[in-house]
Amino acid sequence: MQALKQRWNYLFSSTKGLALVAIAMISLVTAIWGMLSGPMVEWGVRDVVVRLFGMVLIQAEREGRIIMLYHTIAMTVVAVEVYFITGMLPMKKHQQTTINATITIGYLTAMIFGLLFGYFGHNFVFHGLFLVGQSLVFFGGILFAAALWPWNKEYLLPPESPKAKTKKGVDLERVAFFVMAVATLLSATFGAVTGSYWGNGHETFLGEDLIRVPHKTALQKAIIGHLHIMLTLIAVALTLIVGNWMKFKGIYHKIAMPMMIIGTIVITAGALSVVWLPWAHTTIYVGSVLVMFAALMYVIYSWDVLIKEGTTDIDKPNFFQKMTALLRDPLKFGAGWQMVFMNFTVSGVGIFMAVKLDEIFRVWPHRDERITLTGHWHILSGIIATIILFYYADIAGMKGKARKWFGWIVIIMSDLAFGAVTVFSMKRLFVTEIEQQNVVNWTMLLTDIGLAAVLVALAVFMLWRLYDLFLANGRWADELKTERRLRAEEEIAESKRKLEELEAALEEELK
Amino acid sequence: MKRALFTIMTLIVLVSACAPAPNVGAITPPYIETGIDPDSWVTVPTGEFPYGQHDHMTPVDEYQIMVTNVTNEQYASFLNKALAAGEIRIGEVEVEAGESVHIADGVAGYYPGDEFHGYKHEEEIKAGDKLYVPLDEDGLRLTYNGQSFAAIPAYANHPMTMVSWFGASAYCEFYGLRLPSEVEWEKAARGTEIGEDGYALPFPWGTEIEANNANFYSSFDLFEKMFGKLGNTTPVGFYNGKTYEGYETQDSDSPYGLYDMAGNVWQWTGDVYEDQHYRYLRGGSFYSYEVDLRVWKNNSASPTYYSAAAGFRCAQD
Repeated sequence: MQALKQRWNYLFSSTKGLALVAIAMISLVTAIWGMLSGPMVEWGVRDVVVRLFGMVLIQAEREGRIIMLYHTIAMTVVAVEVYFITGMLPMKKHQQTTINATITIGYLTAMIFGLLFGYFGHNFVFHGLFLVGQSLVFFGGILFAAALWPWNKEYLLPPESPKAKTKKGVDLERVAFFVMAVATLLSATFGAVTGSYWGNGHETFLGEDLIRVPHKTALQKAIIGHLHIMLTLIAVALTLIVGNWMKFKGIYHKIAMPMMIIGTIVITAGALSVVWLPWAHTTIYVGSVLVMFAALMYVIYSWDVLIKEGTTDIDKPNFFQKMTALLRDPLKFGAGWQMVFMNFTVSGVGIFMAVKLDEIFRVWPHRDERITLTGHWHILSGIIATIILFYYADIAGMKGKARKWFGWIVIIMSDLAFGAVTVFSMKRLFVTEIEQQNVVNWTMLLTDIGLAAVLVALAVFMLWRLYDLFLANGRWADELKTERRLRAEEEIAESKRKLEELEAALEEELK
Repeated sequence: MKRALFTIMTLIVLVSACAPAPNVGAITPPYIETGIDPDSWVTVPTGEFPYGQHDHMTPVDEYQIMVTNVTNEQYASFLNKALAAGEIRIGEVEVEAGESVHIADGVAGYYPGDEFHGYKHEEEIKAGDKLYVPLDEDGLRLTYNGQSFAAIPAYANHPMTMVSWFGASAYCEFYGLRLPSEVEWEKAARGTEIGEDGYALPFPWGTEIEANNANFYSSFDLFEKMFGKLGNTTPVGFYNGKTYEGYETQDSDSPYGLYDMAGNVWQWTGDVYEDQHYRYLRGGSFYSYEVDLRVWKNNSASPTYYSAAAGFRCAQD
């Protein structure tokens, strides 16, 4: 019983345990639900899965089901990011506990009942519980934003701090986290308000199906704004997380943080104003440039650090020594590299599409344009997932050869898959429908190989952590002990600080 | 040794999986008689039907619609008659697509143009000669000997493809017919019944799709077995319950008896909507995944668009 209790404590009260549970849940959902589409349909796997689990897949409900699935995964990704942030930023311990607990119950409720509602018959009690789960995540988000409040005296940075700060010492990185949290809450509200019209004037749709409709309703525009900005904000949060991981500081940090803050505000305002303003896209472009420039600062900084750390023993390192240093840790290199790679497969494609929309993409049939859009955001989601995995693998203690194999498999094979998807989605630029068979075959094969390799690497990682849980003194026990020790030390420090404050106040009174 | 073996095996898998696939345009399949008459029509009675994914009850007046798509043979016959009547010309024609204009060799005819409002992304469809069918591109199943057109025999009863919206509309108008509207097309495809699951039919034949219901991507039909996963068109009315060369089909007509209302080729519809130049296509094609064969799904393209996977059928009041 004690053994179970300890493991429960690890999984549901420590940052690493909570992240492990959430990533395992996403892996499980991806493994099962991934068998309902793509080549799995051709191979007959979908039919077996549907029969095995007793899924009810009504054709007219497909779009709604997919939206439920996206939401359950997105909620869990948000939870993982929140765990990382509450674990890495200074914060009162009771706040961390309350936020993590609320979000955990929230995402699990949303995931379990959302999927039950979407895929196992429409029991509206499940739908209600799905909404309860999402509401809890939202409530957790409010607590999270409050806990991040950067103008709190105890979070001010000392004058000698090399991080971006105001004259009064306000930590601009914390401001960026705070702005991201508030923007996320606002954007979630946008989706929730529109969702409340579901069945009451608003009907389920996938955004990519509406792109050519000239007169979209306000509710449709609100959903389109919502889905774009939520994914963007998840990416913003992750950029800030990996920045903190790499101890982002100095001049690049001082340039990046104001840009990230302003960029997040502008891009959120732009995405949400799509409902009212015909020129909202211009605002989005401005915000995107700022956010992407901030990310570029991070990449330059992190690669510079990796090179310097890897060449400390060499007086004047040459190019190859620098490259070796840069590439020696695929997890830390990968976080920046995937952001760079994103420019080829997501941002670059997006900009090209925007510039050539009427000249090229709107000449194609809608189905071909649609493929470019779905390819584009699936790749962005995939890239976000790989960066999360890099960070988690690092804090989960992956070292040595396992770290190298895992890191390089994820980088190379995911990029192979994303590159192949990009070629597939843009194939009409260089091949006609009747000549496309070879391109389709090759790109699909490379995509499948790439994704399968990444999923196998993830599965091995998860199984390793599962096996570890069965060990009496496994890695999990050390992680729990370390986290408890750190928490106790922080609480002691906090208590001491409070005591000093009280003593000072008392002295003041006695004067 | 093990590493070398692994590398060799991987290469073998890659190479075997990606052996050069035949170009659909260069394929000549065997002629297959389906027994479905492409000249046959059905009447769809006046009444409401559940329209779109969300089953909005929509009234439609009585109309008639072709049981099958227009075949290559029928289109060749039209071109010969239209040529004799001086309603079409053969030669170079300007094709406006997006912001560019290119010259194509093909069959062209006059179109009076659309109302233009200059709305965002809207392109002006001006009056003038429009390309019906390109003559120098792969995928066309017609031949032209300098005097008359003929269907390639093996493809005579396959749906006419590589035809623009202008070419489809011109065919129908030549015979005093018209392209069906999107609403008419969908009613003919799914009928009026609401099923036990509370929804109208997602497919013309029922609620689920199996590989031998229709010609779609990776459906392993007779022609995919011959020519690879992306397949080819099937003769009109192919999925009628018959067995062809050992390949068994299910009878997959719609409640009104129309064939190929899901898969095989996208079908042009006649609506010209305000503030956009796009024309809409319905039904999915042999390139489509099964989800795009659901009756409410549509595709859109410029009226100048033509494809080896797009055809049409006509309707009349």
